[in-house]
Amino acid sequence: MALLDLANPSRFLRFANSIIPWLAGVTVLVFAFGIEQAMVAPDDYQQGATVKIMYLHVPSAWLGMLCWGLMSVAALGTLVWRHPLADVTAKAAAPIGAAFTLLCLVTGSLWGRPEWGTYWVWDARLTSELVLFLLYLTVIALWRTVEDPSRAARAVAVLTLVGAVDLPIIKFSVDWWNTLHQGASVFRVGGSTIYPTMLVPLFIMAGAFTLLFATLVLAAMRNEILRRRVRTLQLMQAAAAS
Amino acid sequence: MTPLAALLVRDMRIALRVGGGALMGVLFFLVVVTLIPFAVGPDLALLKRIGPAILWLAALLASLLALDRLFAGDHDDGSLDLILMGRAPLELVVAIKGLAHWLTTGLPLVICAPLIGLLLNLDLPADAALMLTLFVGTPALTFIGLIGAAIAVTLRRGGLLLAVIVLPLTVPILIFGVAAANAAVTGPIPFGTPFTILCALTLASLVVGPFAAAAALRQEME
Repeated sequence: MALLDLANPSRFLRFANSIIPWLAGVTVLVFAFGIEQAMVAPDDYQQGATVKIMYLHVPSAWLGMLCWGLMSVAALGTLVWRHPLADVTAKAAAPIGAAFTLLCLVTGSLWGRPEWGTYWVWDARLTSELVLFLLYLTVIALWRTVEDPSRAARAVAVLTLVGAVDLPIIKFSVDWWNTLHQGASVFRVGGSTIYPTMLVPLFIMAGAFTLLFATLVLAAMRNEILRRRVRTLQLMQAAAAS
Repeated sequence: MTPLAALLVRDMRIALRVGGGALMGVLFFLVVVTLIPFAVGPDLALLKRIGPAILWLAALLASLLALDRLFAGDHDDGSLDLILMGRAPLELVVAIKGLAHWLTTGLPLVICAPLIGLLLNLDLPADAALMLTLFVGTPALTFIGLIGAAIAVTLRRGGLLLAVIVLPLTVPILIFGVAAANAAVTGPIPFGTPFTILCALTLASLVVGPFAAAAALRQEME
């Protein structure tokens, strides 16, 4: 099985080295196409050109949640299947997911100022997304608190799985509570309510964001493996010196 | 590099490393501010009115939680004994440690406070005034915290005792900090009145804190 083949870190490094440049190139191309499509997409009849923040805000929200999903799978990989690279994936993905979530919060805040009249409101969707951002920061803090990465991995895995309960809360917050944030308009029963001229660029941008995420996570995993090798070498050197 | 400068660099490096807890204060600050609307409700007008108070309380608690690591790490591995036996005056050493602590715990809070003020619907003048009061007030919180940290250094589970000692001493700073932040937006009092008193309190704590902490350390480490 492919994942099991990549469990060997050296094999993974070879795989990453070969695939990252191509992924990066495809990411740039899809971004270029997506941004061009977003620029020529029609304005909203009420919001005008302001609606185009959607092409950044929505994909970054989706990616922020997708990243936590990836971290949850990696957490299962650490706790259940003992996959060697599962904790590397989790540690590498955390800052990237935090960045996407922060981008979602900031673009949403900037979008809210002209449309709602406020930078922030404590409604269910925004608050649960802020809680997701805090969970990301907590996971990053936990990684940085324990010196040995493999020991930190188990604690972080449990925290990640517990935090995964926030994902359905974010998704259904607009249904379960009375929120200022608009209701679901893409992934809903009965199909999307967005017209294709806006929906297609949105999906293209989402694809571009996903490719960017994949590139960044693979590069970060590569860095983490190399970082651990450096640490092991330093420990060996210190042991040999004493 | 002089010994005191070396101590400053060392303390900051340890704080910024794994386990140092430097930016943990900011995270705690953000968590506390996120919790408040769950408790008092999401009414933006109310949050705007109590916003400066919430941010000051959160900054106070975040500074407090980080005080634990001020002397505990050095006490555990014996560096504190070496420092006490050194030639540098203990008061100066303690002041330098306080400075390192403020630079890694208090200053990040000050920088993040305006952004977090946006979450509480503070507008720009209130945000700016708040940032200025925090900038002046957080060193006082650290330096008064030095006293409690020094008293509690030899205790195993000194955490809550530390809080109980330090919090009453920081009440004047809290009063004048919030008064200054509020005076900038409302009320007949000009901003300068509580602000200058806050500055005076900080300057006093910069002197009293290290002297009291040094005396406590000498007593504790006998």
